[in-house]
Amino acid sequence: MFNKKECVAMLLAGGQGSRLYALTQSVAKPAVPFGAKYRIIDFPLSNCINSGIDTVGVLTQYQPLVLNEYIGNGQPWDLDRMSGGVHVLPPYQKASGSDWYSGTANAIYQNISFMDRYDPEYVIILSGDHIYKMDYDKMLSYHKQQNAACTIAVIDVPLEEASRFGIMFARDDGEIYDFVEKPKEPKSTLASMGIYIFTYSKLKEYLIANENDKDATKDFGNNIIPALLGNKERVYAYRFDGYWKDVGTIDSLWEANMDLINPKIPIDLYDPSWKIYSRNPVLPPQSIGENAHVQNSVVTEGCYIDGAVEFSMISNGVTIEEGAVVIDSILMPGCVIKKGAKIEYAIVGENSVIEENAQVGSRPENVENRDEWGIAVVGHNLTVSSGSYIKPKQIISESV
Amino acid sequence: MAINMGSVMGIIFANMHDNTINEITKSRTMGSVLFGGRYRLIDFPLSNMANSGVSEVAVITKENYQSLLDHLGSAREWDLARKKGGLHILPPFGNVEAGLYRGRLEALYGAISFLKASRTEYVILSDCDIIATIDYKPIVKAHVESGADITMVTNTDEYSSEVVAASTVVTSDETGRVVGVLHKPAISGECTICLNMFVLKKSFLIELLEDGIARGHYSFERDVLQRKVDELNIRTYEFNEYFSKIYSMNSYYKANLDLIKPENSKKLYNSKRPIYTKVRDNAPSKYDLDCMVKSSLIADGCIIEGEVENSVLFRGVRVGKGAKVKNSILMQDTVVEDNAVVTNVISDKNVTIGENKLISSSEDHPIYIGKGASI
Repeated sequence: MFNKKECVAMLLAGGQGSRLYALTQSVAKPAVPFGAKYRIIDFPLSNCINSGIDTVGVLTQYQPLVLNEYIGNGQPWDLDRMSGGVHVLPPYQKASGSDWYSGTANAIYQNISFMDRYDPEYVIILSGDHIYKMDYDKMLSYHKQQNAACTIAVIDVPLEEASRFGIMFARDDGEIYDFVEKPKEPKSTLASMGIYIFTYSKLKEYLIANENDKDATKDFGNNIIPALLGNKERVYAYRFDGYWKDVGTIDSLWEANMDLINPKIPIDLYDPSWKIYSRNPVLPPQSIGENAHVQNSVVTEGCYIDGAVEFSMISNGVTIEEGAVVIDSILMPGCVIKKGAKIEYAIVGENSVIEENAQVGSRPENVENRDEWGIAVVGHNLTVSSGSYIKPKQIISESV
Repeated sequence: MAINMGSVMGIIFANMHDNTINEITKSRTMGSVLFGGRYRLIDFPLSNMANSGVSEVAVITKENYQSLLDHLGSAREWDLARKKGGLHILPPFGNVEAGLYRGRLEALYGAISFLKASRTEYVILSDCDIIATIDYKPIVKAHVESGADITMVTNTDEYSSEVVAASTVVTSDETGRVVGVLHKPAISGECTICLNMFVLKKSFLIELLEDGIARGHYSFERDVLQRKVDELNIRTYEFNEYFSKIYSMNSYYKANLDLIKPENSKKLYNSKRPIYTKVRDNAPSKYDLDCMVKSSLIADGCIIEGEVENSVLFRGVRVGKGAKVKNSILMQDTVVEDNAVVTNVISDKNVTIGENKLISSSEDHPIYIGKGASI
């Protein structure tokens, strides 16, 4: 059943996320655990349903197993629908041959037939590596109001960070007249959030043109947006002033988790009018033991804590034994921290076990040369044996 | 003998024992009483049936069942939203002759057309007063192999007069056949109590119902177990794992607090037989700067700024700065405002305890604060 949909969302979830190293070795970046009971993809999916968008294509390519399983029929996000709902869209074989998704624009191009079924007026392109709460419906209203071909969500970033983003140049009325991808010397602080709304007819036209251009890299930032600007199409900037964070690196993933603990950071996950949904594991409540000390932390169901926890994010099913210390760290689902182990400024992957008296990471003040300091990372399903030490900035993807 | 659990149907009585904790069941069924931080009592028998491979379950209700309907929904969380079988909620089936049922026989008789229509062969009956993780498969197997007419799940231990006065007590001969049945007797000491779970053949149950109703009988305990103890082969199945029985406000309070001890919760919660419940999509719980939490069970969605000790906090509870919560059970969305002190209290859903308020009671007689109350 394919009812017409005003707006269909296409969520790019195929990236490898290589800058998350050990954490994305076996799972795609959007499926990386975040904020104790979420995975990164919960944020765009929840934003969709909260914004009234009930048709979402999730484009997957890299290590899709965990992600596919997690999305399932979309029920946790209320995206199990008779018409629409969430659909996982991997690359597929066609009569003319088969291709991997070779760029963001190519991935959307290969799914034109999916979008066509819903005969949408607009398509919103999202990515699966940002943490934010955003009402896409407001952005869509703006897009309609401007009668734009494309609207790009932008956020003001500090000038020193601007070189990490696609930077927009917009007139006072919001019309974008220039765009530079990751400029070395940025002259504007309007960064693209990687969220685009297109009038579908325009999107299709430009995707097809881009596909026929043999020199194109088939990427939105590199090809589609410059082509729109070159043809003087109406491209507008939609300013967003809420919390938004890219979690593409170990440091930003750690920071974004810590932001959830920081009362000064404006992202409220307790707001009943804009819930972030997730696939809930079936676990009993968290059990806090008689020797426990838990402060400034976020803890979820199925945990057993009898040690000390401060400034940390403790995911479901984690065990922290008596005498273990966890400070400024992220423990992903199912970790076990045994007696006397110490976790400082670290990320411990899913189901990993830190044996007695082992140490992972250290405080910055304990390291003489600051350049050698960084977040320590233990990948998924590993064991750090008793008494061993994972240095700051060290990333392990094999048991030690 | 291989038992096909697909041929077994479950029947859960949601309203039985309502009167044992009538403050909490004032506006809900026994089955929808909140328990253990995130559950309702019906989650235990329902999850046990689902985990034992039972795929057709009927829930018999009597009154106040709005909260139950809301909780169960389509039963997807228990994996019982099925095309074949699945969950059926059976509210009282009113007609001219039948009013509200008076006992288990009448309740079942109200569902007789449903029983007859089902293609299953055996029936498990269960109430909602026992909190346990229990595999029904060996029980059904024992029932079939022993050739019993009725198998009841029992436990033998030293029991106080309060427990016994709320139980069916049986004595059996050396072969395990029940020879004596006492319903709510005034005794104490070592005895075998029935855990209000029974297995029997569906066709036999229908026979019992039709015969019993024709004779004006309505109580399963008195009119079947007791009256027919000599003619029927009634057998016991001893269940010796961890369980608690809810038969009073105090036992409800204690059963909750008992699960704070990891040795007990480890016995009850088995990752291979999870207890399912309705998903609420709460954010994880937040422990603030000056909080102090010890020996407690905390569900998701709580924000704790004060002290919590030896307590059970359900989903969405707030404990303000300087507030102290001890030996208490705070149900869903209870708010303890700044500097309030709460000791030995059971607060129902959406209770607010105002700033600087002090509510305290003795451990033997916890104070119950009704749903939505503001203090």
